This record gives sequence, C-alpha cells and structure tokens, in this order.
Amino acid sequence: MAVKVRIPFAIQSLFDGATEVEAEGRTVREIIDDLEKRYPGVKQRLCDDDGELRRFVNIFVNDQDIRSLKGLETELSEKDEIAIIPAIAGGVVR
Amino acid sequence: MQGHGWLRYHRQMLLKGWGEEGQRKLSNAHVAIVGVGGLGCPVALYLTAAGVGTLTLVDADAVEETNLNRQILHWQKDIGKPKVQSAVEKLLQFNPNVKIFPVHGQLKDETIEKWLRDANIIVDALDNFPTRLILNRYAVRTRKPLVHGAIYGWEGRATTILPYKTACLTCVFEEGPPPGVFPVVGTTPGTIAMIQATEVLKLLLGIGQPLLNRYLIYDGLMMTFHTVKIRRRPNCPVCGKF
Repeated sequence: MAVKVRIPFAIQSLFDGATEVEAEGRTVREIIDDLEKRYPGVKQRLCDDDGELRRFVNIFVNDQDIRSLKGLETELSEKDEIAIIPAIAGGVVR
Repeated sequence: MQGHGWLRYHRQMLLKGWGEEGQRKLSNAHVAIVGVGGLGCPVALYLTAAGVGTLTLVDADAVEETNLNRQILHWQKDIGKPKVQSAVEKLLQFNPNVKIFPVHGQLKDETIEKWLRDANIIVDALDNFPTRLILNRYAVRTRKPLVHGAIYGWEGRATTILPYKTACLTCVFEEGPPPGVFPVVGTTPGTIAMIQATEVLKLLLGIGQPLLNRYLIYDGLMMTFHTVKIRRRPNCPVCGKF
C-alpha cells in the first residue's frame, strides 16, 4: 500500500531534492524501511541505533504526531499522508 | 485622535477590533524580541511600524558580512557593530514614538529574568536550539506568551505558545537538532517574521485565532503553508504533570 510522504528541506538532498515521495508500508516503521531501500541514509537520519525515532524528529500522520498514536507502529490506510518534521535551529550554531 | 503622532497608525486603526483602544493597547505593550537576526530584524521593524510602545531587543552578536542577505536592519556600514545597536539606530529613525531597550549579551538562565521581566510577550527569533530551550522554560515558568519561529533554507516554522494552555516547544521537540551551518535565503525568515509579528499584534489586541496548538510549516520552494496539530505532552519536562 502506497502513502504520500512529505520531505522536509533539511533532508531533501537524500531524495534528489524531492519535496514529496510515495512509499510502501502498513506501518510508519515499514515506510521508513521502504524509504531506506530507495534512498539509502534516510533511516540513519530519522532513527537511532536501536531503530527508534530520534528525539529531535517528529513524524505526523494526517497532521497527528505519531507519538500520540502508536509511534512507529502506527498503522496506515491508503489515503494517509505522512509528514517528517525534524527540529530546526534556524541559523548558525556555534 | 489621541496621542502625539498617531496619524501614522490611522490605516490600521480603521480595522475592526483595533481603533484607538487597540492602538492604546499596543502603545502600552512591551514585547521582547530575542535574536536580532533574520527573524528578529523584520519582527522588530513591523512592531515598531505598528506602534508597539516598548521593545526589548536581545542579541549577543556583532554584524557580520554573511548576515547581510537577510538581516535587513543591518547594513554594510554596520559590520562589526553590535546587532542590537545597529537595529536600535534604524528603528528609532523609523518611529521615534517607540521606546527600545537594547541588551547586548547572551541569554542565560542567570540573566533572563532581569532582561525579560517587564515584557508582556516574547518573540523567539533565535538561531540556536539550546537558547530556545532556556527561553521556552522561562516563558512557561512566567506564563508569558511565546511566539516561536525557526527557519532552514527555503523552509520555515511558526507556532504560538500560551504556557499551560498549549504545547510548549519541549512538548513538540524533546531535543534540538545536531549543530551545523545552515543555508538560508532572506525571504524565508522574512515570511516567518511576518507571521510572528502578526501573531504578536493579534495577541496584544485580543482578536483573531492565533497559531495555538498548530505548528505551521512554510515551504518557499513549493509555496505551500501546511499546519500540523501539536498537543501538550503529559510527561513534558517543562510544562508537564498537569
């Protein structure tokens, strides 16, 4: 099952500059695994070594934070839209 | 029309919910803008134009040449000058009715109370996450509205935090991103700054619907505005245990 994934500016370079892609999966975790196959390096940007979502990364399904749903195990339906939203600092960090 | 020099506010006072009473609210207000860079410059410029009575500007940096593509209150001749000084010089020429307190220093837990005590509303126009977290903690502790903005490249974010009523910054992001030098085009902070300034004016006037529990994402390349719902986290270390 394919869902739309909105890509934030901060990681668009991994997606050849795409702002939105389609990915296959029944859960958010499967979506990330599918993205990793096609765009290597994505998983490492979003997840820690244990495969859990990094603390400065949020993922929203239909505008709901997955941390308030079932996290990476949140189940998806055909027309769901996913947005990846990492924290951004907003300038130069010294 | 009441007040010396209020003719300059005539067009905004025509708005429903504004008038002389609204303008008086602005005139009596004190807004702190933390960070006088890409976001803080246009926020300060427009709040000065609108006649917010008192502004506190906080920034520890001096103007550098790489700032000049976006930090519109700082000009070629200002390179090397403290940003707060450069900003105050322009703002007072723009609208001498406004009182401005420049603070040239790094915001820390030890200094924040002294510098922001008198502000009714705080604008987060910072360029780094650790200081944002200090600001967020202070805003929650003192229950002051915090208008947040952040940018990266062509993308910008904004939300309005009313402590204990809406999600705070730590409810949304448990920690900050890794450090780095980010690309940015001046129009991105310009766009987000206009949203922040609009939010401040609405809060001061008590009109409209602020960005409460809504996290706005602006994509300048695709020219989209997208809002996701955010909510308070019961286990938030800053505003949780409610």
